[in-house]
Amino acid sequence: MDKKIFRRSFIKKAILAVISLEAGYLISDIFKNKSVKKLNPDLFSAGKSNIFEKNKMYPFNSGKFYLSVFDDGGMLAISIKCTHLGCIVQPDSKGFLCPCHASAFDKRGEVLSPPATRALDIFPITIEKGEVMIDINSPIKRKKGFRKSQLTYV
Amino acid sequence: MENNKINRSVIVNFLLHLHPHAVNKQALKFSRTFGLGGINALLFVILAFTGILMRFSYVPTPDGAYNSIVSFQNNSLLGTLIRNIHHWSAMLMVVTSFLHLLRVFYSQSIFYRRKKTWYFGLILFVIVLVFNFTGYLLPWDQLSYWAVTIMTNIVEYLPFIGEGFANMIRGGETVNENTLLNFYTFHTALLPLLIVAFMMLHFWLIRKARGVTVANNNEQEMVHVYPELVSREIIAALSLTAFITLFAIFFDAPLLEKANPMVSPNPSKAPWYFMGIQELLIHVHPFIATVVVPLALIIFFVYIPKIKIDTEKVGTWFYSSKGKSIIVLSVVFSAFITLLLIFIFEYWLHLNQFEIPLFISTGIIPLFMFLLPFFGFLFYLKTSKKADKVELVISITTTIFTSYIVMSFVGIWFRGEGMHLIF
Ligand code: HEM
Ligand code: HEM
Ligand code: FES
Repeated sequence: MDKKIFRRSFIKKAILAVISLEAGYLISDIFKNKSVKKLNPDLFSAGKSNIFEKNKMYPFNSGKFYLSVFDDGGMLAISIKCTHLGCIVQPDSKGFLCPCHASAFDKRGEVLSPPATRALDIFPITIEKGEVMIDINSPIKRKKGFRKSQLTYV
Repeated sequence: MENNKINRSVIVNFLLHLHPHAVNKQALKFSRTFGLGGINALLFVILAFTGILMRFSYVPTPDGAYNSIVSFQNNSLLGTLIRNIHHWSAMLMVVTSFLHLLRVFYSQSIFYRRKKTWYFGLILFVIVLVFNFTGYLLPWDQLSYWAVTIMTNIVEYLPFIGEGFANMIRGGETVNENTLLNFYTFHTALLPLLIVAFMMLHFWLIRKARGVTVANNNEQEMVHVYPELVSREIIAALSLTAFITLFAIFFDAPLLEKANPMVSPNPSKAPWYFMGIQELLIHVHPFIATVVVPLALIIFFVYIPKIKIDTEKVGTWFYSSKGKSIIVLSVVFSAFITLLLIFIFEYWLHLNQFEIPLFISTGIIPLFMFLLPFFGFLFYLKTSKKADKVELVISITTTIFTSYIVMSFVGIWFRGEGMHLIF
């Protein structure tokens, strides 16, 4: 036993250990978030599918999205959170406009003018017994912008 | 004298023991430190006193926060004044911390045994900023809500960890009641502990370095701290307190309407001390603005005090007479190139419209549009002006600071609706 633990080094190590534990506890949160969310998808009911008219946008402020219905009946649940720095976009004639730094988006959520570089996020839609359900806790990032496959039909 | 010592109270004795017994006479000159370190310490004490008073009535919930502040202002004795003092002292502390940083840097007071003082100072600077930023959210009005939204979304641009990190700070995907509780805990519990600990280390390191630097290292005439230094400190402290109190009587801390997570104001800005970052983010790719630039800055600031400068120069303002002219040149150069690039990107050259990857068009290209003239400038200093290593470092630092300040000015005062330039 020539490796003694000295008082000073013990205290130093103890302090370091406590600090790392605390830091680890906090940092583990970074990776935890996603898995928890998947377990309990929070479905938001937008109402019966037959009440929605074509070529219209319906605001759902409490769900933080717009339900955009296109010519062919395809639906998109578009997030109102601007992809630039997180402000709330407002609807306008072309689609959406962000009040914070003037990013503009079309009705499909694609960028019309910067500073935003990415299309608005969308939420997955499912139709259950004729009711439109939106999973408002799982926003989908659209790195490549709009694709036809993103539309949901009744 | 002996009697005197025994009769002094424990507290007075403790305060005196923060100082050495005697200091170099030259250290007393106001233009040596401008009292800035002491001002920072005093501002923290003022902030702690007023902050604790507000804590008695502050309610850290989205429903309660705003109302508790309004009621504190209207119903508590001197409520508005206390809040104003807290607000303006906090803003002032960012300024004085930065000025203190400039003073120790330009007076060559960060080398050799002061290296660690500089490092712990940098940590203190970060703590002051986080203090300010977390406090900013607490009123829970439109200004604070959206400023924190903007800032945490800037964090999201960090690659890989950005989103997780931002969600950890916020306790969710948007600024909500968890964010408020997080910030409140940081602001009124964790950060006060941290700053006191680091201030103690900072002070201890200053004493270990045998006090502040002096202009002439060969003159060693010493004077007694008590009363020579202490009396000056008391005068400075009283003047500062009087100034802040007067200022707080006449200027109210802003309080807009209660935060509304559904309505963003136009335009939305980060807190003013972070506006330089937001301005940078308008022009360059997020990866450059949030990773490359900050990382380069940290490495550079850690590197500076490792330079082996001529020990005679330690404590010399601006290093040399050439140093002075180099600083002036750097300020002019940096302000010019920064403004020029801002105008170019705003009106003529929209880099994101080229058909090449964004990282090149909005990242690499603007970076080099800044760096190439900058390297040219440094090359000119080195060849024509015969600048040595320290003078080049002074030039680089001055360029960085000037550029940040210019970007902040533009962002704070010259961007209006839709963040467009207004003149
Ligand atoms: C809460 C913030 C701070 C407090 C309370 C504080 C306090 C002090 C005090 C009282 C002094 C001695 C007198 C003076 O220079 O005014 C000092 C010196 C010093 N401070 Fe700070 N400081 C703070 C932040 C910083 C920052 C942000 C830096 C730089 C990054 C820094 C670096 C230094 C250095 C290098 C010295 C030694 C100067 C010399 O020896 O001449 N400090 N500080
Ligand atoms: C022990 C120390 C402190 C305590 C207990 C404390 C407590 C508080 C409380 C309760 C509030 C909410 C009241 C309000 O928003 O008006 C607040 C706000 C704030 N605090 Fe502190 N604080 C402390 C130190 C600091 C420091 C050191 C700074 C900055 C360097 C700071 C910066 C701020 C800011 C910017 C606000 C927002 C003020 C406003 O606009 O209303 N605080 N603080
Ligand atoms: S947050 Fe929408 S444009 Fe900046």
